[in-house]
Amino acid sequence: MSELEKALRRDAVVADLDALTHRFAERAAGEGLLDIAYAELDSPLGRLVAASTDRGLVTLSYADSGVDPVLERLAAMISPRVLEAPARLDDVRREVDEYFEGRRHDFDLPIDWALVHGFTARILQATARIPFGEVSSYRGVAREAGNERAVRAAGNALGANPIPIVVPCHRVLRTGGALGGYTGGVERKKHLLALEGVLPR
Amino acid sequence: MPPFQVFLEEHRDRVFRFLVASVGPHDAEDCFQDTFISALRAYPRLRPDSKLSAWVLTIAHRKALDVHRARARHAIPVDELPERGVEDQPRDGEHGLWTSARDLPAKQREALLYRFAGDLPYADVAAAMGVSEDAARQSVSQGLKKLRKELVG
Repeated sequence: MSELEKALRRDAVVADLDALTHRFAERAAGEGLLDIAYAELDSPLGRLVAASTDRGLVTLSYADSGVDPVLERLAAMISPRVLEAPARLDDVRREVDEYFEGRRHDFDLPIDWALVHGFTARILQATARIPFGEVSSYRGVAREAGNERAVRAAGNALGANPIPIVVPCHRVLRTGGALGGYTGGVERKKHLLALEGVLPR
Repeated sequence: MPPFQVFLEEHRDRVFRFLVASVGPHDAEDCFQDTFISALRAYPRLRPDSKLSAWVLTIAHRKALDVHRARARHAIPVDELPERGVEDQPRDGEHGLWTSARDLPAKQREALLYRFAGDLPYADVAAAMGVSEDAARQSVSQGLKKLRKELVG
């Protein structure tokens, strides 16, 4: 590479682009071009990714494998217009914080069910009605969703819950009281049930 | 399509460098916003096999040309020249070598911008300009030659 070529590269400077990018997300929202806003949240159960559409909270995921798989799923299933816009998730962050501090039992967040369909959606909507501090069974939510015999399908639906914590799939146990599984790992399920007073702390 | 945030983080550096070189640091910020707003608007309709780096720089180039045109419109002829020379004070948007590159023929300047400010390989410079790779190489080398001559005086 010649000196002139090097100098041409050097003279094209780089600035700190984070502030610019942040303003861009707000402008995109203002122009109606932001289909999905997301933010990373800290919680006692680790890092979470929250994402909202105009209709409501569409996912709250454990970010164990990082943020990218979550964003890729949103882009493929809803819209590729996905941008980090933490201010748009302020309500979610506040309610999740209050929940983990024991100051909130019910979430008042609108939900967008766009990532789930059919029986899965009905199972999760039934799960969303289980109150704080109470539990149900796989058979119980299957019955609520209109098919008591679909116990295994209910288990699969709960395992595919895109909005854990807020849609409390941790409140669904095996018939007889065994914990059953949990997408984020059974330790998290225990933590949440202890927080709600179902299990001893 | 990858999530727009991923696309943005991958290309924002390249786009900003390109714009600073083309229009200077003062206008680069607005141009940056306009570029990515246009990109976001078109994004869901883009073909998945599109070459994203070349694509976003062609948008940036169009936004930069808008700025150059607006400047040309707003340039005000003056009757009296200022007493002091303006050479030692940077003009609005001046940026090192790229200011000298501003007087090159449009095609050569465009090729230099894509190649060195946008850091595109020649195949992508060609794609962005809608010419053959040979033609792109030629524009770059002619631009370099001419610029070298100008700098030597």
